[in-house]
Formats: sequence, C-alpha cells, structure tokens
Amino acid sequence: MSDSEPAKKGKGAVFVQAEICKGCSYCIEFCPTHSLEFSQEFNSKGYHYPVLAKPEACSGCDLCGLYCPDFAIFGVRIKEPVKKP
Amino acid sequence: MSEVLAENPVLSYLRQDRLPHIWCPGCGIGTTVNCFARALKESGLDMNKVVVVSGIGCTGRVAGYMNLDSFHTTHGRPIPFATGLKLANPELKVVVYSGDGDLSAIGGNHFVHAARRNMDIMVVCVTNFTYGMTGGQVAPTTPIGATQTTMPYGNFENPFNLPFLADACGAVYVARWTVFHVRQLARAMKEGLAKKGFVFIEALAPCPTLYSRRNKLGDGVDQLKYYKEKSAIKNGADTKEAALSFQGDIIVGKFVDRERPTWLDAMNRHYSNVFQGKYRPYGQPYGVSNAKD
Ligand code: SF4
Ligand code: SF4
Ligand code: SF4
Repeated sequence: MSDSEPAKKGKGAVFVQAEICKGCSYCIEFCPTHSLEFSQEFNSKGYHYPVLAKPEACSGCDLCGLYCPDFAIFGVRIKEPVKKP
Repeated sequence: MSEVLAENPVLSYLRQDRLPHIWCPGCGIGTTVNCFARALKESGLDMNKVVVVSGIGCTGRVAGYMNLDSFHTTHGRPIPFATGLKLANPELKVVVYSGDGDLSAIGGNHFVHAARRNMDIMVVCVTNFTYGMTGGQVAPTTPIGATQTTMPYGNFENPFNLPFLADACGAVYVARWTVFHVRQLARAMKEGLAKKGFVFIEALAPCPTLYSRRNKLGDGVDQLKYYKEKSAIKNGADTKEAALSFQGDIIVGKFVDRERPTWLDAMNRHYSNVFQGKYRPYGQPYGVSNAKD
C-alpha cells in the first residue's frame, strides 16, 4: 500500500493509494482541471483507480483529496520549480 | 528540490489501522468525514479535548474511524450521551456525528430538547434519506415519492425539514450543505467547532447501495451531479423554505448564526442570582470562579 510517485511536470502533483480506492470517480468527475482518469489496471479489490493523466494541468488544489470518500488520493502544490541536478 | 508532503493531510485524524472503511463505493459518508478531518485540522483545537459520539447506522461508524476519544452509543442516543459528557467535562468539545434516522427518528426527542436547551454540542447529521445499515427502510427524511423497502409503492409520509426543526427548537447555528459542496461543508464544520451552543449541520450524502439503487438514481457520483445542478446557495434563508422534495431543488447555506446562553451558562447565571455568593458556578476552572467566597 505505498503511495505512487508524484508526477512533477506541472504546478501540482497527486498521490494515490490505489489499494484503498473504491473507484467511485468523485475525484475524476470534480477535478477542476480534468487532470485525472481511471487506470487500465485493477487494484486487488477489482477497482480501477485514478491516475494523473495530465500532469501538466494539475494545479495541486487538492479538491480530489477533499472529495475522496476513501482517503485514497490527495493533491499537493509544488512550491519550487523542479531543478535538474 | 520540490517540497512534496507525502502523507495525506487527513490521515492523522483517522484510525489508519481501520482503513479501508466499511462504507460502500461512492457512499457520501466518507466525504463528510474527510471534510470533518480538515475542519479539525484548521480548528486549532487540542485534539485531546475533542470527542466524537455516534449512534447506530452507517454514519454511526464514524466514531470508530476518528483518531479521537470517541463513543459508539446505542441507537438514537448519541445526544443524551454527549450531553452527559459535556456536563461532566465542560472543557471538552463534544461532536455528535450520526445519521438522519438515528438523530431524527429514534433520537428525535433528544434532538429537539438538546436544541431547546442550547446544549453546547455540535451535531453533524449525514442525511441520506434512508436506513442504510438495516436495508433501506423509510426514514423521517425520506422525500415523498421515493421508494424504500418499507414503502415499495413510494413514500407518502411528510418528511422532516431538519434545518427548520433545529431552528424552531433554538439551535444557534444551522447549516445545510451537500457532499458536492466540500469546501463549504468543511468551513461550516470549522465554524461549528468554534461556536458555543447547539450547532446543527446537515450534510446531504448519497447512499448508492440502497437509496439510489432502489430509486434508480445511478451511482454516488450521479447524486453529486444532481446536488451540483439543483442546489441553490441561500445563506440566511428562512429555514421554513428549505424543505426537500424527491430529486427536487435543494436550498443550501448557513441559515442561522445567533447567540443564546447555553444550558450551563443559563444555569450558572440563574443560581448565581438566586443564591448570590453561596453558589459556585459549575464548570469553570478551579481558582478562577467564585474567588471571593
Ligand atoms: S490536485 Fe486539483 S487539479 Fe490536481 S488532480 Fe487533484 S483536483 Fe485535479
Ligand atoms: S474519489 Fe477516492 S475512492 Fe473515489 S475514485 Fe477517486 S481515489 Fe478512488
Ligand atoms: S448502505 Fe448506503 S449509507 Fe450505508 S455504507 Fe452503503 S452507501 Fe453508505
């Protein structure tokens, strides 16, 4: 049950705990930037879970996190631009 | 380096070892808990002084998931239990978190009297128009025309308008939001936590497994789309106008925000007047109250 790596292309990123997602689609439906979509894969309970399909569009507003009835997703704003080492 | 916080901000308010919770996919109760966790986070309250009390039912399970002192009481009795807690330990912030059936049917009498007495508790009522845990029986909030297992030809009973009831009984804060209005619901809960007196917050939430399925209303997300489409925000609206109908318009907002002495304040004031210096006000910190006797 580890969190997925956040995508870092845009101003925001999301973490999804796929194993506790029940596939209700609240997060996908009400993301203001329409950044999420369902995974092709199933989790071990047989649900599709959200993936960040448009990482450049995500603002990190965490509305997905607020809507999720299962505490399976949350968004964060990335404060600093990602620097290349 | 980008600073990325890797832990869900609500998890520390939940008993993580109990997750995933038992609620069905798309059940709105979890979203209200999510809002409540955020309200707790922003409240600035000492979490050792916040208590959650639930009754029986799907929403009654909330007490078991909060990482707080919590009590899962008998059916309909969270308000009297909370009243006792508050009066025995007046420094506690006591939150009753239960469903519409538990609070307004089995516990309806407790509800009206706690509001009338302005007991200093916050009541969060998750209204999904049905008894989820026991199989979808008609509730006092079921809209006319909705089908339930005990009303197979549609409900004909007049439902409660709970904000109106709470308002009429004297609640000092009354609000209604839906699970679509997550930010407003979280803000109302934060305001409720800061308010002294009887606070009533109704959160409309989908029960896809029983209410929606029996009425052919689709999934949880379809109910959220309905809330989005048919809700009108009317802060300060007359609660009399806030009645609900089957899949009809919904009035949401903060309807009441007023001041009235709480039951404890009223008792202390009354006995201080009657007994003058001989009365030691109850529920105030030692050494502060009644220092002159
Ligand atoms: S953080 Fe905001 S923009 Fe990003 S996926 Fe979640 S809801 Fe969409
Ligand atoms: S809101 Fe939560 S449970 Fe629903 S699909 Fe999104 S991550 Fe899964
Ligand atoms: S039966 Fe209804 S209220 Fe109970 S958990 Fe399932 S969807 Fe939620």
